[in-house]
Amino acid sequence: MAARKGKKISNVSAEDLTAYYRDMLLIRRFEEKAGQLYGMGLIGGFCHLYIGQEAVVVGLEAAAEEGDKRVTSYRDHGHMLACGMDPKGVMAELTGREGGYSKGKGGSMHMFSKEKHFYGGHGIVGAQVPIGAGLAFADKYKENGRVTFTYFGDGASNQGQVYETFNMAALWSLPVVFVIENNQYAMGTAQKRSTSTPEIHTRGEAFGIPGEAVDGMDVLAVRAAGETAVAHCRAGKGPYILEVKTYRYRGHSMSDPAKYRTREEVQKMREERDAIEHVRQMLLDGKHASEDDLKAIDKDIKDIVNKAAEFAKESPEPALDELWSDIYADTAPQNA
Amino acid sequence: MPKCRRTSCASATRRGSDMARMTMVEAIRDAHDVAMGRDDKVVVFGEDVGYFGGVFRCTAGLQAKYGPSRCFDAPISESGIVGAAVGMAAYGLKPCVEIQFADYMYPAYDQIVSEAARLRYRSAGEFTCPIVIRMPTGGGIFGGQTHSQSPEALFTHVAGLKTVVPSNPQDAKGLLLAAIDDPDPVIFLEPKRLYNGPFDGHHDRPVESWKTSPLSEVEEGWCPIPLGRANVVREGGDLTVLAYGTMVHVALAAVAESGTDAEVIDLRTLIPLDVDAIVASVRRTGRCLIVHEATLTSGFGAELAALVQRNCFWHLEAPVLRVAGWDTPYPHAQEWHYFPGPARIVENIRAVMEA
Ligand SMILES: Cc1ncc(C[n+]2csc(CCOP(=O)(O)OP(=O)(O)O)c2C)c(N)n1
Ligand SMILES: [Mg+2]
Repeated sequence: MAARKGKKISNVSAEDLTAYYRDMLLIRRFEEKAGQLYGMGLIGGFCHLYIGQEAVVVGLEAAAEEGDKRVTSYRDHGHMLACGMDPKGVMAELTGREGGYSKGKGGSMHMFSKEKHFYGGHGIVGAQVPIGAGLAFADKYKENGRVTFTYFGDGASNQGQVYETFNMAALWSLPVVFVIENNQYAMGTAQKRSTSTPEIHTRGEAFGIPGEAVDGMDVLAVRAAGETAVAHCRAGKGPYILEVKTYRYRGHSMSDPAKYRTREEVQKMREERDAIEHVRQMLLDGKHASEDDLKAIDKDIKDIVNKAAEFAKESPEPALDELWSDIYADTAPQNA
Repeated sequence: MPKCRRTSCASATRRGSDMARMTMVEAIRDAHDVAMGRDDKVVVFGEDVGYFGGVFRCTAGLQAKYGPSRCFDAPISESGIVGAAVGMAAYGLKPCVEIQFADYMYPAYDQIVSEAARLRYRSAGEFTCPIVIRMPTGGGIFGGQTHSQSPEALFTHVAGLKTVVPSNPQDAKGLLLAAIDDPDPVIFLEPKRLYNGPFDGHHDRPVESWKTSPLSEVEEGWCPIPLGRANVVREGGDLTVLAYGTMVHVALAAVAESGTDAEVIDLRTLIPLDVDAIVASVRRTGRCLIVHEATLTSGFGAELAALVQRNCFWHLEAPVLRVAGWDTPYPHAQEWHYFPGPARIVENIRAVMEA
């Protein structure tokens, strides 16, 4: 992976490192469970798993402070778990139940939480990017020192509205971190087949937005880069771009013939660069945790995920009148 | 346009020797193949279209056969894809582009409306825009609000665009060939629920395959079906049911369940519309029900209802009714409550018959 090898990591505490391990593992196990429920027919339609990319969102959340905002694409489960949303509510949205964050109206791609400042999963590629700038505008307007993390993919970085946003964000000096999660593929298309210049972090240069590439399989490198970006934004210097080089292990969505890359390529990444394994080794090597400590964490997470799955199965289907609600504030749809 | 050798499915099924059995996906792929083989001005591109062969596999094998200069991948840039196609077409190429889902068409809508649809008029006929923009539409796959919409009325409302919605493999091939051959921009809406088999709206029954349907017998080679000709898929005298795309199959199932002798017309193309076929049928039956999956208000059904009352007013024995999706976003969990399935159609057939 052609990414910058992590900055100095000496200042990480055992406590923090353990927390990152836990958070990443929660995402992985949650996603594995979602994959199982999908296979059992309990989840329908689209379901984009985050497996392989856990260090990106966990590293950036480590650089966030209370009140900072985040907005992302349809590959959103990891972002929601990392910002502290309830796994039960996320899983129940996947199964389309009343107990889901959007009461079954949004599905896997569309969930929100005011409490956690999570402004959604968005199903339309690139649509969240200007929205992220708008959130940052509101923060700047309110002079509250908050920052917005606006996540999007390598594929999304070819949408025109991304560049409209870069210009506005720079023009208005908005406190927004553009996080490009470069997992090398947009659906079945490798980056080289769709993108003129692979170094996406340089795409802000024309707008005067600084950018850097980050090793997205190293949670500490991501955190360090996130801290730099956030400090830049909070100092009133405007937007910052992080191109986080990562990799998704699973298919684009649940129905993916996986014919566009080799099994060896995926295998190699899993074996050599897995972010969770990396932290696990650091914890063990540094004697910050014993095998037993880690086992206890595993068990704990398994429990959380199982409970989320149970909840998602047992939560009732939404009531029929939910079909016509939440369309207008106080006006019934024309034909209901 | 070369003369069509058939106008209805019935005549096609009688042939046999030069027929192949195809799903709708295969028929669409075959139409591309035939059009590209016949005319080297035809180029095909879109997201995941080249190397990968399209997320629904509609362009699989074309890059291998015709090379990456004629079938290629585009970045996720819908506006750019359509805009570039307009430029190519203005200078003599015939682009056939894929928008991966109709729901992703909105970034391209400006290019479609302001440029593609208007180039001929704006240049007083000096420049034209013979492009085809294909896109999968409709629900039935738990896609929710961003993967299930039926935006046909957004196109039929725009002067300068033609809008086509096939309902089976035969028509998909013939209509796509005609669309590619057409001198003007054509929006080609492919009901994704029909890609691999017919669907009568009974989502709780086993999935059907095209392989057992006579509609999967597709003529080989160049076999365009002219735009603007509806297809009477069931003859009857009690009432006329107007439908297109997936709803043709759902309407047929509902008619059978209702026990009425309805005439069912598959419109096939919305613009140009086969007004004569509609009027002739409704004047005879005196009753009309319109069915579409898109939301009701300002849907294409409203246009059809207005045409029917204007042309058949003195023959009508009942108000023209419409069955459509509710005026809501396409729901995720409650897909089948939104979808205007056979039960809702039967209810409305009764209402039209009893009025
Ligand atoms: C406007 C729009 N165009 C196309 C799509 C279909 N689509 C969904 S995800 C995707 C690939 C996006 O790739 P990337 O931005 O790299 O994100 P990743 O899936 O790798 O996380 C495509 C083409 C869409 N949802 N919206
Ligand atoms: Mg990607």
